[in-house]
Amino acid sequence: MIELQHIAKLYEVGGQPIYALRDTSETIQSGEYVAIVGPSGSGKSTLLNIIGCLLRPSSGAYVLEGQDVSQLDDHALSHVRQHNIGFIFQSFHLLPRLTALGNVALPMVFAGVPSAERQARALDALESVGLADRAQHRPSQLSVGQRQRTVIARAIIMHPKLLLADEPTGNLDTSSGQQVMELLELLNRQGLTLLVVSHDPNVARRAKRVLVLADGQIVKRLTGAEFPVSSMPFSQGKTSEDETSRC
Amino acid sequence: MMTLRDLLVFSGGAVLAHRVRSALSLLGIAIGVGAVILLTSIGEGTRYYILSQFTQFGTNLLAINPGKIKTFGVPGVLGGTTHKLTLEDAEVVKRISGVEAVVPMAMGMGRVEAEGLGRSINIFGVTSDMPVVWRFAVAQGSFLPAEDVHRAVPVVVLGPKVKRELFGDRNPLGQVVRIVGYRFRVVGVMEVKGQVLGFDLDDSVYIPVANAMKMFNLDEVMEIDVAYVSAQVVDRVVEEIRRLLTDRHRGTEDFTITTQTAMLEVLDDVMRVVTLSAAGIAGISLIVGAIGILTMMWISVGERYSEIGLLRAIGARPRQIFLIFLFESMILAMLGGGLGVALGVTGSLLLTMVLPGLPVYIDEQYLLISLLVATGTGLLSGVAPARRAIRIDPVEALHAE
Ligand SMILES: Nc1ncnc2c1ncn2[C@@H]1O[C@H](COP(=O)(O)OP(=O)(O)O)[C@@H](O)[C@H]1O
Ligand SMILES: [Mg+2]
Repeated sequence: MIELQHIAKLYEVGGQPIYALRDTSETIQSGEYVAIVGPSGSGKSTLLNIIGCLLRPSSGAYVLEGQDVSQLDDHALSHVRQHNIGFIFQSFHLLPRLTALGNVALPMVFAGVPSAERQARALDALESVGLADRAQHRPSQLSVGQRQRTVIARAIIMHPKLLLADEPTGNLDTSSGQQVMELLELLNRQGLTLLVVSHDPNVARRAKRVLVLADGQIVKRLTGAEFPVSSMPFSQGKTSEDETSRC
Repeated sequence: MMTLRDLLVFSGGAVLAHRVRSALSLLGIAIGVGAVILLTSIGEGTRYYILSQFTQFGTNLLAINPGKIKTFGVPGVLGGTTHKLTLEDAEVVKRISGVEAVVPMAMGMGRVEAEGLGRSINIFGVTSDMPVVWRFAVAQGSFLPAEDVHRAVPVVVLGPKVKRELFGDRNPLGQVVRIVGYRFRVVGVMEVKGQVLGFDLDDSVYIPVANAMKMFNLDEVMEIDVAYVSAQVVDRVVEEIRRLLTDRHRGTEDFTITTQTAMLEVLDDVMRVVTLSAAGIAGISLIVGAIGILTMMWISVGERYSEIGLLRAIGARPRQIFLIFLFESMILAMLGGGLGVALGVTGSLLLTMVLPGLPVYIDEQYLLISLLVATGTGLLSGVAPARRAIRIDPVEALHAE
């Protein structure tokens, strides 16, 4: 369970205070599927990064699974990320020098999982995203859709409770984006909490709940079904992308 | 926690991912290590060469030279004597128990001729004990007769080169040779010994020391060489010589006793210092190598923001990130060190092929030390880049492309 209590994130740019997030409180239950939408610069990534323990809030309390993590140090936050959170990035962040298998196994390397177990678990995870036959491919040899599924395999390898996806379909074409969303939703049905930041109204509509952000605040809380089908005023997401431009 | 092996595999993978760049960055270390090895090989080779020159005379040997000096001296280049070192002194020394043989020695250069042929060469005035003390045998005939050292018997033993030059293949025994005008009868020819400490012993003649002193108008010997029976007696023999000669010289110790072992130790130390200084100078190029690696690693950290961000996101601890970059730097330096060892060894071997006279000795000890120093250098070079890596904010790093 995620409890955000009066969370704010303040940056100073050239002496000017900028609130990336202001006085945000929200509770997300385990197993929920929540979409976070809003115009660019509204604080979506900041919110997701705080929830992902990549960023400490400037003020407020963040209680994750009963533990106040808002003031933990780097080392402790690393531990929380390692065991509780799986990240899916718009630009994949796969290491080009490693195979798909190596990339999926990477979180286990830093967790000190023995090598033989890593192999077996990484293969299992790749199989669960339908990429068992691509285990020895490098990211550059995979399509963008396959890359994002590799990223999902990596995100679940440490058996986290929470999946955080920042624009997961932002670099994908419509059909592989569809595939990736289905995969994430399948994982959500299996019990993982799923938070997706997206520009795409179609993505938002599939979520159980939608948080609409503007200017560093949650301005609306909707169900997915309530979310307007199209003509989002802030829509600017990509729907397709060159297959090899990013890895 | 992450195992050492995993760390090495991960860091090694990053090094291998940029082969050309990695190779270039480790070149500095390789050249530094190569230079150190080449110079120490030459230094060590020279050290062994010099030591072997000295030990040709055996090790149970000591020399008494006139004058009091602190370290060892080379025969014949001393001055400042207050009392003469005499043939009587040599006779006294010979009676000390534990002394095997004694050679009072005086030498000079002079014209040696026979049957119209001749030139100026070394003339050693010695005694019948010389072959024992100098480990130098007679090839033909006999050495100087064992007589009263004061008797100037006009007999000579020729070095093999002198014999060949003056007599060719003919038998020189019984023939007459003129040495600075005086007539000497040839009684023997020495075996081939070659150059020792700059003296060509083959291109020399050996006459009784009394003749040599007269010939060169000397009233003292230049050196008394003493062979003693074993290393166990050396301290007692030295003490005895000091006591007896000091007595004889009216209470002043105006001579210097140098044992072969003490001399070798000093020489050894001197050569080691020379070798290490050369290595140290070459080692300065390691600093250049270290800067090469530091620069490369610094750039590498800058280029790998997004990788660092990812590693942080998946739970890598700052300490692990630090170690990754430190290990990369160390691996580069070790590869550089390995390449340097290969370069240094190959260079040394090539050198002996090109210049066969140059003594070269590759000491594994220096190979190991070079590798360790290179590794340490790599670790040090890695600290700043690794610190940079852990100071990177993960969110910012994930944004970088
Ligand atoms: N490191 C930072 N320094 C200064 N301002 C920042 C930083 N990160 C984010 N911001 C600002 O915070 C606001 C929210 O950013 P972000 O959460 O990335 O928005 P979104 O993901 O919705 O586009 C933006 O105005 C952005 O400029
Ligand atoms: Mg964003």
